Amino acid sequence: MSKKQKNMLQRIIVSFVLLAALMVCEHLGVFGALAGSWLLLPAYAVPYLIIGYDIIYKAVRNIKNGQIFDENFLMMLATFGAFGVREYSEAAAVMLFYQVGELFQSYAVGKSRQSISEMMDICPEYANIEQDGGLLQVDPDDVEVGSIIVVKPGERIPLDGIVTDGESYIDTAALTGESVPRKVAAGKEIFSGCVNGSGTLKVRTTKEFDDSTVAKILELVENASSKKARTEKFITKFARYYTPVVTIGAVLLAVVPPLVLGGGFGEWLQRACTFLVISCPCALVISVPLGFFGGIGAASKMGVLVKGGNYLEAVAEMTTIVFDKTGTLTKGEFKVTEILPAKEGRENEGSYGAGSGETAGVGTGGAKQLELLELAALGEGYSNHPIALSIREAYEEKSGKPAMDRVSDAEEIAGHGICVRIDGREVLLGNEKLMRLKQIDYQPVSAAGTVVYAACEGKYLGALVISDLVKDGAAEAIRSMKKVGVKKCVMLTGDREQAAKAVAEELGIDEVHAELLPGDKVSLVEKLLEGQKGREKLAFAGDGINDAPVLSRADIGIAMGSMGSDAAIEAADVVLMDDDVRKIAAVVCCARKTLRIVKQNIVFALGIKALVLLLGALGMANMWEAVFADVGVAVIAIMNSMRALKTEER
Amino acid sequence: MKKKFKLEDLDCANCAAKMEEAIKKIPGVNDANVSFMAQKMTIDAEDEKFDEIMKEVAAVCAKVEPDCRILL
Repeated sequence: MSKKQKNMLQRIIVSFVLLAALMVCEHLGVFGALAGSWLLLPAYAVPYLIIGYDIIYKAVRNIKNGQIFDENFLMMLATFGAFGVREYSEAAAVMLFYQVGELFQSYAVGKSRQSISEMMDICPEYANIEQDGGLLQVDPDDVEVGSIIVVKPGERIPLDGIVTDGESYIDTAALTGESVPRKVAAGKEIFSGCVNGSGTLKVRTTKEFDDSTVAKILELVENASSKKARTEKFITKFARYYTPVVTIGAVLLAVVPPLVLGGGFGEWLQRACTFLVISCPCALVISVPLGFFGGIGAASKMGVLVKGGNYLEAVAEMTTIVFDKTGTLTKGEFKVTEILPAKEGRENEGSYGAGSGETAGVGTGGAKQLELLELAALGEGYSNHPIALSIREAYEEKSGKPAMDRVSDAEEIAGHGICVRIDGREVLLGNEKLMRLKQIDYQPVSAAGTVVYAACEGKYLGALVISDLVKDGAAEAIRSMKKVGVKKCVMLTGDREQAAKAVAEELGIDEVHAELLPGDKVSLVEKLLEGQKGREKLAFAGDGINDAPVLSRADIGIAMGSMGSDAAIEAADVVLMDDDVRKIAAVVCCARKTLRIVKQNIVFALGIKALVLLLGALGMANMWEAVFADVGVAVIAIMNSMRALKTEER
Repeated sequence: MKKKFKLEDLDCANCAAKMEEAIKKIPGVNDANVSFMAQKMTIDAEDEKFDEIMKEVAAVCAKVEPDCRILL
């Protein structure tokens, strides 16, 4: 509790004791004939003022500032009214009750703010720099790029960098939500926010503090509260209308019935006052954003960054999810699995299964395979495509680095392959489309991987089969998504139909579209979007590098964060910090839970307020119920919103 | 220019919303955001008039929630 809150608590206790004493005395007849008379007013005024003086002060001050109808004024009016009709104990008690409620509310908000900031307490406080043979503790903000910092065992890594010395295991829970330790050693990149294990590490920083991973994550989560969900915006608009409407209602209630029905003004005035007390929509205005904030916080604890309340809302309404294959559902690590030089002789034309043992004769096989591999490695020498890298890797394993000076004039044909000159001769490396385009007489290979065909000066040379492994847990991820209610899982890829189909079957994907050009992906997603009904949302999950247009086109763009790939974090709406697609199902649950809690709060708050307004108008509710409908409801709603912070055990 | 300010003693969420509305109406302010949860205020306004605008912002806030202080 803050000092202000403790002070308030003391006042409440004192006032309560005094009031209780007075009420007991009155009940026991201590006051005798004085009971109910004006002379008792000063007596009750004491506890009343102890607990209520600041309300009266604020009411007057606010009127001077032009704000007349605020809670303070209304409470003052209502309680003065109660004093006026000689309900002294009621006046003091209601003021006390109101302040108790306000204290609760302030405490609850403080606690939730604290919970949220504790959860985001992944911010490193200092960095150790080597100086004069010792270690100097400095503010992480002051460390320049390229400095060497030392991270001792158990310390939080303050800045992104590369390990120059030392070996240790680090806990990435702050970024990914999982405590599985990762090994780091010299040469490896490490990210700020993680906690070091038992080995001392020397790190050369690559980024300033503001650009380091942990600072960016914290900023994202903080800014996420400014991207308001549809529900939040609705509540804000609603609140703006609610207060004037209820106030007008109160005025009408105070004036019309007495004139029409002829009751005492006093009675209707009192009822109107109850109206006014309920006119503050605080409960809704606090609890709804708090709920969303909690939901976003819970998601980041899981290792999923949701960039806004609106995206969290969209995730809860997701019914279709579209995956990019490579890097999202598959590891993106390609390995050459078959080398199939062209078979001589016409009788060998036509398809032949890969790995059937028929791959080129035993004698010439090895040499021809190596030759084919070498040509492919040379041709793909300048490409950074994972397929190219795997081919080069396979060659390097056998014979070391390829002699790139033999290569010239590399030209890439999007969606087809490359055309390059090796030793002056034109060499083609690519898929079936390239072969057909250049009218090469090739031998189709049916394999479940990617096939790279090679041809030299019009003559077919052979093919390499490269396979990409499916990610661990990808099948589980699809299953859990279906369980959670995602209706359609679609996979898009630029890869071959066969490779795509094999992966789709293994994982349980509903719809597959293969051999797509980047532009096709966008139009396909647009078509799928058209098929969505009403509030249904479509998500696209990709690795961000070349998926930017699709990520922005989809309702929800999910990127593989890979612990800090900047392009992904920028383009997407939701970032999976550790590329684990299983988290998608978890975040859908979290989003749905958050929305459920928010809806509960709205229904509850509005329901009680409406009920009390009705009862108040009919004279069946008095100040007590009114104060509860205002403050009590707020406290309950806030506490309910706190539930959004909890992540369920899986 | 966009600037962030920390707010102290922002106790009423409704007031935060009112403040945001009022600040957005100040001439020269492109966008404003008041976060009750984070007790932070972000204001996007014209560079040259920024100091003047801040004075108006302070006045507006004082009217809506006098207890709240803006930490510059």
